[in-house]
Amino acid sequence: MRSLVQAAIAILVVCALLFFAAHQLESRGSAGSQDTITVFNWGEYIDPDLIDQFTEETGIKVIYETFDSNEAMKTKIEQGGSAYDVAVPSEYMVEMMIEDELLLPIDHSKLPNLKNIDPYFLDLAFDPGNQYSIPYFWGTVGIVFNPTLVEDHLTFTTWEDLWDPSLQDKVFLVDGAREVMGMGLNSLGESLNSKDEALLQQATEKLISLSPNIKAIIGDEITPLMINNEATVALTWSGQAADMMWENEDLDFAVPEEGSNLWFDNFVIPKTAGNVDGAHAFINFMLDAENSAQNNDYVGYSTPNLAAMALMDPEVIEDERFYPSEELRDKLEVYENLGLEWLGKYNEYFLEFKMSLQ
Amino acid sequence: MFNKASKGSLFPYTIWIAFFVIAPIALIVYYSMLDLNGNFTFNNYKAFFTPVYLKMTLTSFWYAFLITLFTLIIAYPTAFLLTKTKHKHLWLMLIIIPSWINLLLKTYAFIGIFGLYGPVNAFIEVFGLESKQILFTDFSFIFVSVYIFIPFMIIPIFNSLDKLNPTLVYAARDLGASSFTTFRRVIFPLTIDGVKSGIQVTFIPALSLFMITRLIAGNKVITLGTAIEQQFLVSQNWGMGSTIAVFLIIIMVVIMLLTGQKKGGRA
Repeated sequence: MRSLVQAAIAILVVCALLFFAAHQLESRGSAGSQDTITVFNWGEYIDPDLIDQFTEETGIKVIYETFDSNEAMKTKIEQGGSAYDVAVPSEYMVEMMIEDELLLPIDHSKLPNLKNIDPYFLDLAFDPGNQYSIPYFWGTVGIVFNPTLVEDHLTFTTWEDLWDPSLQDKVFLVDGAREVMGMGLNSLGESLNSKDEALLQQATEKLISLSPNIKAIIGDEITPLMINNEATVALTWSGQAADMMWENEDLDFAVPEEGSNLWFDNFVIPKTAGNVDGAHAFINFMLDAENSAQNNDYVGYSTPNLAAMALMDPEVIEDERFYPSEELRDKLEVYENLGLEWLGKYNEYFLEFKMSLQ
Repeated sequence: MFNKASKGSLFPYTIWIAFFVIAPIALIVYYSMLDLNGNFTFNNYKAFFTPVYLKMTLTSFWYAFLITLFTLIIAYPTAFLLTKTKHKHLWLMLIIIPSWINLLLKTYAFIGIFGLYGPVNAFIEVFGLESKQILFTDFSFIFVSVYIFIPFMIIPIFNSLDKLNPTLVYAARDLGASSFTTFRRVIFPLTIDGVKSGIQVTFIPALSLFMITRLIAGNKVITLGTAIEQQFLVSQNWGMGSTIAVFLIIIMVVIMLLTGQKKGGRA
């Protein structure tokens, strides 16, 4: 009994010490919110050197945190708790966050580098006039494949190629309802924002007919599998494809001509911000031509920053696979905010499709 | 049975149970009756009784059953042999240590082990067989889950075997029982409680596995856990997510009743 009491006391003491240490660390982080900002970003989505450079230039310390889905990010911001100053949601999430009044308006006069951004990417439907968001990166959804492992006639310029019988048990899909259902709708020549129950049903049936070809539906784990030649064909985002192609030169990427998704990730300043000036300074710093070029080199997604593109390797920006021409871009669609009811339906149909894989 | 003092000392536990057991379950039941707009509805329950979710419940059950069965088949003899060894607690320790490693790390390790160029395939090729993708199959899913649950099954069985009075075994042998009869009529019935708690700690979590279904089974196995995760994080339909959780709780209560010890105890 005595040793039990002693053990219990020891555990309590250790807990108290850890709690104290955590409290110390946290208060050091948020104390004097004028010289720190908290940036909430996707994983592997910024060149860490730039964060140090920013601190050197401005004296503002950066606390950097990452999330792995738009929804998880929104939930954390809604709950408050952490004082996030800058976050990077995708376009449909910007729209939802505006609706839910989670964002602060952005003061364009504090962002002189905004002039660097290609006007094509400004003033888009999800945030007219860029009142709440500034474009960070953009990209598409397409098919990354290994030409040495698939038959020659498969170029994936059409979604139909995924249904080719030679690909039995070879196709990987990304675990996202919008991406996969969108692919199903696109392959029927329909909009990936359809709100038509019959069309969704049709798309699901079309997807179910793909199930013999499906090897797995996974997340970021697809990257190492493609790099090691363990996977042959995968539906994925352009930036992820760029990462894979960087490591494995055999790989190729195509955006099917029937259309696909065009997406944007954007800087926003959440309502939780404690240092709004610092947040503006950070966004402006990231929009700087040189910094943006350096960041783009590291991250590998497509940049909307014209001035940065002028500084980059022409081979990169002339690569139509990642910088599609405007003509092709016009065939691509941006995800609309479907609303929770339809988002739920997309997920139900996606679930039905997943169930058919067994 | 309790005097006043012991009733008083039970107070913190009552509070604990009220806040951390009863309140969360009540909240789940409450949320399960709300639709997306927060209106009261039974539609979530209706939706659960559609083929998609019923099939999912059945497959979850089937896989949890297989996982528990294989875990038991491996864990019982292991625990039995362990009690016969000289340094049994050291051996038990060695078996338990891997469970200190984070579940996710172990799962990721299996992606490498089962990969096309991983050690398992290298081994298969030694025998002149063609390498194949072991990942993303039913087999790999069950294998990894069994591997993860084995220590949890071994501990309770080991404990009950360890407490077994050896004179009972000797008596059975003296009275002419064969090894098998001794096991069937004496050892197994006396350690059945350990087996039951082992089944509880394996079957119930196995019903709601979700990380492994994606990483190892590539979403080709969908369990109720996967569906709950999706409802909460992606669809943001807390109502439907809670409804599935309610059914999970019901299933768990049934399992507890079926495997519960009759004379007092933990049931």
